[in-house]
This record gives sequence, structure tokens and C-alpha cells, in this order.
Amino acid sequence: MYNPQLDADGNLKHLLTIEGLPKRILNQILDTAETFVGVAERDIKKVPLLRGKTVCNIFFENSTRTRTTFEIAAKRLSADVLNLNVGTSSQSKGETILDTVDNLIAMHADMFVVRHAQSGAAHFIAQHVPDNISVINAGDGRHAHPTQGLLDVFTIRRYKPDMHNLRVALVGDVLHSRVARSEIHALTTLGVPEVRVIAPKTLLPTGIEKMGVQVFHDLKAGLKDVDVIMMLRLQNERMSGAMLPSAQEYFKTFGLTQEKLKLAKPDAIVMHPGPMNRGVEIDSSVADGSQSVILPQVTYGIAVRMAVMAILGGGSMPAQGGNA
Amino acid sequence: MKIHIKNGLVIDPKNKINAKHDVYIAAGKIVGIGNKPADFAANQTIDADGLIVSPGFVDLSARLREPGSEYSATLVSELHAAAAGGVTSLACTPDTQPVLDEPGLVEMLKYRAKQINLAHVYPLGALTRQLNGKLLTEMCKLTEAGCVGFSQADSAITDTQVLWRACEYAATFDYTLFLRAEDEYLAKNGVAHDGEMASRLGLKGIPAAAEGLAIASILRIAQETNTKIHLCRLSTAEGVALVRGAKKQGIQVTADVSAQHLHLTDFDIGYFNTHANLKPPLRSMRDKEALCAGLKDGTIDAVCSDHTPVNDDAKLLPFAEAEAGATGLELLLPLALKWASHHKLSMIDAISKITSQPATILGINGGSLDIGCDADIAIFDPEQVWTVTPSQLLSLGKNTPFLGIEMMGKVQYTLLHGQITYQANH
Repeated sequence: MYNPQLDADGNLKHLLTIEGLPKRILNQILDTAETFVGVAERDIKKVPLLRGKTVCNIFFENSTRTRTTFEIAAKRLSADVLNLNVGTSSQSKGETILDTVDNLIAMHADMFVVRHAQSGAAHFIAQHVPDNISVINAGDGRHAHPTQGLLDVFTIRRYKPDMHNLRVALVGDVLHSRVARSEIHALTTLGVPEVRVIAPKTLLPTGIEKMGVQVFHDLKAGLKDVDVIMMLRLQNERMSGAMLPSAQEYFKTFGLTQEKLKLAKPDAIVMHPGPMNRGVEIDSSVADGSQSVILPQVTYGIAVRMAVMAILGGGSMPAQGGNA
Repeated sequence: MKIHIKNGLVIDPKNKINAKHDVYIAAGKIVGIGNKPADFAANQTIDADGLIVSPGFVDLSARLREPGSEYSATLVSELHAAAAGGVTSLACTPDTQPVLDEPGLVEMLKYRAKQINLAHVYPLGALTRQLNGKLLTEMCKLTEAGCVGFSQADSAITDTQVLWRACEYAATFDYTLFLRAEDEYLAKNGVAHDGEMASRLGLKGIPAAAEGLAIASILRIAQETNTKIHLCRLSTAEGVALVRGAKKQGIQVTADVSAQHLHLTDFDIGYFNTHANLKPPLRSMRDKEALCAGLKDGTIDAVCSDHTPVNDDAKLLPFAEAEAGATGLELLLPLALKWASHHKLSMIDAISKITSQPATILGINGGSLDIGCDADIAIFDPEQVWTVTPSQLLSLGKNTPFLGIEMMGKVQYTLLHGQITYQANH
């Protein structure tokens, strides 16, 4: 089947979503990321893989964290970086997405990192750029946040190398979460046998079980014997209203505390894509506790984003093996 | 002007004609089918050998974009598209800018359409002022100005008290209400069928129940107030089931389905194809099958084009920001034929869904080849295969999910009161 992310030879052309990417591509990205983990620990934190290339961060939706990690990743690969917060400039003057993109194409950017509040925006841009430009989706609406999904499985792989023998639980607002969708696709593609989602019915999308997950509405039952707990962020505006009555009630029913964490395997790891709401979805003692790998996630995020950029920029080793 | 259409297969569902006949036209009227009137000497002869001669098609829902959205399309362009599609009568929705809620606007539209003279245009007047769902329009005056029914277009009446009063008032004068049933709250911000596909793509869904709930309340009120209701563009299996039940109970209800929904499902959104952004949304395979079956068994009375020309720019956006709708006038015939062939219906049954049936719903003359009536005729080749491309379409809207798809069946001639308004290039 046609896949807009791959070129005619099956190599990664754009990174738009994890859904539909073959396992060999995911492993290529993760293996490449391994080679970059050490770069940050050197005195000179740079490799020359993207020297002379221009990476353009186009953020139609504001984000400091994600933009910063992409910027650092690009700079460590020696690329020139251009940051554009479109949310605060052209778009408010009525310019369309394509106008903005066309302008950047005219400036000879080589790679676009795109964030937009609408699902499908990255696909849309990828369809309209010339062949020599790659698009990386840095989050589109509720649809996908593939580099986050990749850095999460990279983190899991580092702590729990045997992906074929894992039980993973995602807890919280799956409905609005592009992170959750990307995590689910990454985990199922890499062969994790049991992926659970745990949330109230108001925060689960219709037909989520068709994405290959088991659905739980009871946090205690869902956490039983899991190896990995991935907490999801609850947006402020959804904490009280028709989705949920209050942040307090949410914390009581779906918040991760030390006590509930004990239901998971003793060596379970706790993850969160950030930014966290302490006392809403996660207790501080868990977020800062010994089982938390939340800060390593951030560190690995840079290596993973470097890997994606290096592969798209043609400066990395090819994918190994056939169509796994 | 006298025209002789010879050697064609005449199919007229209303008069149950389905045989090879010659058709004779004089002074804009049909003067003979099979029997040549005495001293008839044709000025022009059309050889329809191998072609089907049918009543001009009647479309229950076309947006002509005037007044107010001439950037997308104009009355002239879209009436040319109608002629190219064999559509000789069409009902247009009141969601123009300004809204068709004043007699003067309706008169102007009727006048302009008459000047252009490519199809009979039957406006549906706004049921409430500005389509605000609160204040009734002057329905009697609007009817005098030329409205054939009243509609809310895509806006709902959420206040059931207003809906009740609107029904009562319309029923007083025996007017028909054309309503698209969708619960406004459940549909809020939704852009796709609430199902697996929308969940994967991260698009806000509209549950099928949004249609079912709205139909249930409309039908209940229609029953209490004895109002004639036409439900526009059903999209769900539960909608079809509700209409089937209502018809059995004797409620005065008719329904249509858009040609798009007979063939496509939410999976056709693919990688966020904005041409598949439609109102109502494309639904599941099960819904599509129920719509096709409902049309076949008569629960759904007619197929409409739901013609909505959209400027390219308004589709060149992320899916949820793109304007909904598809151009359809020129695809109505081939899509109806395609449905009929998939479901093993005869040609005459297929044609009835786009001629006699919608004409009856609108209460207009047309959709038949009655002797003495206006010669509004479509002559088409049922077997001509063609590919949908932007340059093929006369409509200014090139927006259709069928771009690049092969169609079978193409109009060769269209006649409007005995004048040739379209002739295919050969």
C-alpha cells in the first residue's frame, strides 16, 4: 500500500506518524539513536552529519520544550536552525499554511519540523513540499507525535531490552493525546505483547481497542503486574467540566501514587511525556522516585530526534534487514 | 422549433415507459412519444441510437453559491454544470450570504436563474431568520416568491419548542420542511464519523447517534403536528431504520441520500483527504450498506447530488479546517447508475430515484415525459466510460473524492423546455 512516509525504495522520506512504519525503520531509528547518546557526554557535543543543511522549526502551535529539543538535536548535528513561531506571526495576519511553507521553501530549507493544532497538518505539508525536503511531525492535533513515541520506546528498550516480554500501561487522557496514539503504534509494531490503556470512558476514543490495546477503567486492575507505566498529561481545560468533575477526583481515581505503583511489578518504570501536573495525574513522590525515568526520557529525546534528522538528511547507516 | 429524437430507448419511470420510441417536441413541449403527431416536420433531428432518453434529472440539493460566495462558484457556472449533468430541475439550499429568508432575495435568484435559462431553480427558503433556529420566516410570502419548501440547510433547530411551532405553522399551509437531522451538541466541532478511523486520525468524531437522536425528535414532532417532512441526506443505518419505521406508521416523511454516501465510507478519508470532508460525514461500511439497501427498498426515496462547489484554497488546509462538501451535479447520473448496477436494479428504477421521485417530493412538474409538458430531457449513453478530472467538470468546484475515478454513463444532450442546453463534445 502507498505510504506517504516512505520513498520508492522503502526508506524513510518523512516522519509523520508511527502507524504504518515497518519495524525495520523503527529499529533503524532506535539503533541510530544509540550511537548519539554518547555525543552529549563529550566535550564537543557536535557531529558534522548535517553540516550545511538548514532545519526549519515551524510551530503553528506554541511549544518551548519540544522546539528546544529539536533545536538542540539539529545543532548537535551541525545543521543551521531557523525557528518560526507562526502561531504568533503570519497566521494571525491571515496567511495560509501553504503560503508560510512556500516562503520557507523559497529560503531553501532542507527539513521542516512542524507542529500544528490540527490533526493531519504534517501530512498536508508533506504532500506539498518538493521532493528534496523532509517533514518531521512534531505533533499534529490529536493525531501523532512520532518522535515522542520513539523516544518513549527508546527509553523502554534501554531499561527493558526484551520488548517481546513486556506489559505496558498507558494511563490518562488517551482521547486528546497524540502521544498516546504514537506510543501505542510504536509498542505494537515493536512486538510488545500487552498494551493496556487505563482511563475513564470520557477520555477514551471510540474503537480504541481496534488499535490493539486492552481497555481498563480501574487503575488498580490495570496496573497489576505491568513493567512500564506511561502517564499522560491532562490538559488544564479538561480537568473540570463535562469530561471530568474535578482534578481532585481525577487524582483520586486515576492519579499515580506510591501505593498504586506497588501493584505494578517491583522493577516497573514510570514515564511521563511532560509537562507534568503534579498532584493531578501523578504524585510528586512517584515523579521524583526511584522508579521514575522521566528525566532520562528528555535526555534520550535529543538522541532520538538526532537519529530521525540524520536518517532523513541521508547522513546515517541504512536500515538493517528486510521488511520485518 | 421542432425536434425529433429518434431511435432512443425512452425510459420514463412516472409513465412506466421503457421501450424504444421516437420523441417529438414542438414549441418547447413534448407532443408525442412513439406516435408522430400529424403534420410534424422536424427542424432538428437528434439520433439517439444506443442512448437512453429520460426525463431531465431533478436534484434535491444543490448549492449554487449565489449570492455571497461567487469566489467558489457562480450561478452561471453551476447551471452549466447542471446542464452537463442532465439536471434540469434543482432545489437550492438557503445557506447563501445573505440567507434566503426574504422574498426579495428569492425573487432575485429566480429572476437570475430564468435569465440564464439552463435549469429550473427551485429555492428552499430559510425556515428561520438567518437560519438562527429561533424566529420563523415569512413562509407564505417566501412561497409566493417561489420557494418550494423550507430548510435549515446545515444549521439545526435545537429548541424543540421552535421546531414544534415551525412544524405547526408549515403544516397550516401544507408546506414541506427539508431538514438535515443532526444533533447540534453531539456534532459540535466534529468532522468525521465517530469510529475507528477518526480515532486513529485524531479527528473529532460525530457519533451516528447524532443523526438518530435528531430524526427521532423530528419524526415525533412531525407526527404530533401532522407536518410533511423531507429528511435530507441520511448517513446512518439507524437513520434508515427510523425512517422505515416511521413510514410504516404512516408518518408523512420522505428521505434522500447523497450520491457520495452510496459509494464511500470514512476509510476513504485515507491520509486526511479533504475531498472526503463532507456533511454529513462519510460513515462506516455498515451504514453505507444500509443506505444502499434503504434506497433500493424505497425507505429512501431519492438520490441527490448534494452539490457543493468549494474553491481549491478552501480545501488546501488541514482536514478539520477545510470546507466540507463535494461538487456533484455532473456525477449524479453515473453515481446513481453505479449504485443500481451494484445492487442489481433495473435502469428504470435507478432513473426514478433522480427524476419522478424527487419531483414528487418537491411537488413540481418535471421528472417525467408527460405529453404536453415542458420538454426537459436528458439523453445519455449508459455505457460511456470516462474519468473524473478537473478539466472534465464544468462546475467551478473541482472538489470531489472521485477525482481520477472511472465513471460509466455520460449525458450527451440536455434539453430544457425544448432547447438544447448541453451537447457533449465528440
